[in-house]
Amino acid sequence: MILSIASGKGGTGKTTVATNLAAALECPVRLLDCDVEEPNAHIFLKPEITERETVTAVVPDVDLSKCEYCGACGDICQFSAIVAAGETVMTFTEMCHSCKGCMMVCPTGAISESSRTLGEIIKGVSGQVELVYGSLRVGEAMSPPMIRKVKEEVRTEGLTVIDAPPGTSCPVIESIRNTDYVILVTEPTPFGLNDLMLAAEAVRALDIPFGIVLNRCDSGDDNTHRYAREQGIPILMEIPDKREIAEAYSKGHLMIEAFPEMKVGFKNLMGECVKRET
Amino acid sequence: MKLAITSDGTTLSSETDPRFGRAAYFILADPDTLEYEVIENRQNINLPQGAGIQAARTIVNACADALITGNCGPKAFTVLQKAGIEVLPGAKGKVEDVIEQYKKGAFTPAKSANVDGHWV
Repeated sequence: MILSIASGKGGTGKTTVATNLAAALECPVRLLDCDVEEPNAHIFLKPEITERETVTAVVPDVDLSKCEYCGACGDICQFSAIVAAGETVMTFTEMCHSCKGCMMVCPTGAISESSRTLGEIIKGVSGQVELVYGSLRVGEAMSPPMIRKVKEEVRTEGLTVIDAPPGTSCPVIESIRNTDYVILVTEPTPFGLNDLMLAAEAVRALDIPFGIVLNRCDSGDDNTHRYAREQGIPILMEIPDKREIAEAYSKGHLMIEAFPEMKVGFKNLMGECVKRET
Repeated sequence: MKLAITSDGTTLSSETDPRFGRAAYFILADPDTLEYEVIENRQNINLPQGAGIQAARTIVNACADALITGNCGPKAFTVLQKAGIEVLPGAKGKVEDVIEQYKKGAFTPAKSANVDGHWV
């Protein structure tokens, strides 16, 4: 089963749920931290690092001695990553989406494959949790290619948990697509609810079953409960608003380390997800 | 001599457009005879990225010798520079007034982009 953990609003507790869930289960779990712009699951799991790999993307390299300046490469590029103007061809590889269209349409074979560094994939082990996370190169603007690389580590057997980035844009869609169930983590505040509604809409568009984990459940107001009831979205788990949980978090400790009795809650959460996955 | 000027309208009495990549129009004028043609830039206005690059390509393909605009970013500047087109930023006011200022030597060619890129 592939379980992804997402949220509209940032800072609601995706990583808290992902890491505590993975650590609470007494079976091998593969956790993929797809928040490649600021991965943080490793801070809580403290894995022993076993592997580091540089990830690159294909970009065009033009041999001007073979170029006839027909402009076909620039015409097919939807991102202005390659442009033919007058008697010259220029590439802006930071804008390239690696479709290789320019290489395919070039009539003289003047364009070959070069590469741009996207970042690094890091693998490690923490107890029964195998953690894989991507770390985007500082200055790299596109995260989906890096997220796709991290997702190549999905296991078809056993359980893979995906910690998605916040929001509802391309990086989130890339992280949660082709997963079996989505947990949307939210908090019972107006901002939390607003972004939950956007996230729910996105997950529905992808046609993936989903439920809600309500974090800091005894803060805020009742509107999230009302929304969930009206929409028929199950609330799978509620996590209390406790100072001790925040203190453990601030020290990089898991919630289940501070409150071992909460392991049961996360095991139940997993059971709820398995039950509702279709 | 062909002068390309970013404009928000289609005549010499139109206001110059401070933007280059997402300018409404380019007016291609001969500063001596004041004969001109208009190139629409509508296809670039809503581009998520690369508007400056595409606009620069339009200017290169129009065989302009110099570009007068408000601001020019780094990627557009690179394309224009490579094609040997002078970039004259800092335009304000009506297109016809800007042409007069140009003839009096009020503009200095930029050695680099005068603003940062929007994206990366």
